Amino acid sequence: MDGNLNALTTVFTEFYYWVTVVFMFLIHVGFCMYEVGASRRRNHMHTLMKNIMIIPLVTVTFFFFGWWIYWAFPNFYIFGGSIDFDAGAANTPWSPTMATNLEDRITGVFWAAFLLFSWTAASIVSGSVIERIRSSALWVHAVLIGSVFWIIDAAWGWHYAGWMVKYLGYHDAYASGVIHAIAGGYALGVIMVLGPRIGKFAADGTPRDIPPHNPWLLTVGIFLIYTGFWGFYAACNVPIIAPEVIDGQIVGTTWTATNIYLAPTTLSAITFNFLMSLSGGLMAAYVVSKGDAFWTFSGGLAGIITASAGNDLYHPIQAMLVGAVGVVIVYKLHYWVEKRFKLDDAVGAVAVHGYSGVVGLIIAGFLLWGAPTSPFEGYATITPWGQATGAVIMFFVLGFLPGFLVSKMQAAAGVLRIPEEVELQGLDYAEHHAYEDAKADIIEADKAHLAATTTPAE
Amino acid sequence: MSTIGYKDWAVDLAEVGAVYPLQGWEVAMTIVGVIFWLVWHRIQFVREGEHLEKAKKMGDQDKVKKALERY
Repeated sequence: MDGNLNALTTVFTEFYYWVTVVFMFLIHVGFCMYEVGASRRRNHMHTLMKNIMIIPLVTVTFFFFGWWIYWAFPNFYIFGGSIDFDAGAANTPWSPTMATNLEDRITGVFWAAFLLFSWTAASIVSGSVIERIRSSALWVHAVLIGSVFWIIDAAWGWHYAGWMVKYLGYHDAYASGVIHAIAGGYALGVIMVLGPRIGKFAADGTPRDIPPHNPWLLTVGIFLIYTGFWGFYAACNVPIIAPEVIDGQIVGTTWTATNIYLAPTTLSAITFNFLMSLSGGLMAAYVVSKGDAFWTFSGGLAGIITASAGNDLYHPIQAMLVGAVGVVIVYKLHYWVEKRFKLDDAVGAVAVHGYSGVVGLIIAGFLLWGAPTSPFEGYATITPWGQATGAVIMFFVLGFLPGFLVSKMQAAAGVLRIPEEVELQGLDYAEHHAYEDAKADIIEADKAHLAATTTPAE
Repeated sequence: MSTIGYKDWAVDLAEVGAVYPLQGWEVAMTIVGVIFWLVWHRIQFVREGEHLEKAKKMGDQDKVKKALERY
């Protein structure tokens, strides 16, 4: 640290990211509550365990290779590019900066911020497949989406030097595409192979609603996701940086907050836009779903996700309207796809995350047409076709295709779906029978003790 | 052309203010936003009225009694 101002900036930035990471933990808590609330009683423990184990599995793999991919892959064999081993070197698990190191106070918290995004990507997929996927299969998907595919898309479209940013003018400030479209697309690929839960469709193909066993748990869960999402927004920014540190086209000496591309924005702007897009989403979802609680709450989330690509630059009223429009499209698309293709997306994740992300990217292409996505010279500006191409890469190429192909391999090997008998009797009984037996045993023991010690009333 | 008024970031940030699309259309955007809000109330009022009309004829006496007892 060269001087007190630099020291203060570094320590502030370190603390800033640390706080965002703690906030973002609430996203995972929320996803767990949401999934358990949405699942039926006989599957609770399995559903919870399936999501909880995403945390360690994605964490260790993101430490081993996920973080390296982000720094080494921005130009991965695109337009003459190659793996950037120099940039990746400081982010390998054996690098001294990936450890306790008094010369580097940022890598750890920045890594953790990205890691929490990884958990989210995996957790989105987890929700779609509840009550019938094998945990072992899901945990392979979690590692693939959390530590491989989403971080490749981040290197390409969410890195200041990513090829999609340079050549397509791809702009996705708060991750409509890089988290949500890819995770939704991946989930779609998995559920196409996995198939619906028993009873989801009537003999004539009409979809049946499988209501959540606990709407209150589901509600608190989604409110926690909103809260964590706020932290996520802050985590996508660089809190304070000088133009000479950015070393791009910006002149003068005015320090600024930036988005992930090092282009200027403010924390104030994204606070306006987060709340207005949440509100637009909630209002539109309430109307379009005729007051359905599940869709109204999810619509708030979908509203934010739709506006996220451009929420660093939108006006708050634009953010509200983009959120509202996105929700209407997503809601209609969800039911059309469900009916047409007989797909069982248990928590609506493909729609809320995937379709919202795609729609949000495309809308940003029109609303921000011609705006610079990067502060560096020679980069493409934002266009509808750049955003649409980005949406296809996120949702289909890096999301849907890997999810579909890996699920096909798992299905061929007989390790994707649980047996029908187990699905009917419930995963908790089949896989956690010791818990059920112990519960029954202790209840019987308590009853016997009560009978032996209670004096009958006169 | 750039909807935010800047085609690149070759600027001194001390001299940059608003950077959102449709600058100069704030009043029009506000009018659209207010219409959205008021239309929402209108739709909600109408639908809730219709729902309550239907709901008051749906009650099965035994079920209502049980609901009262359940608190």
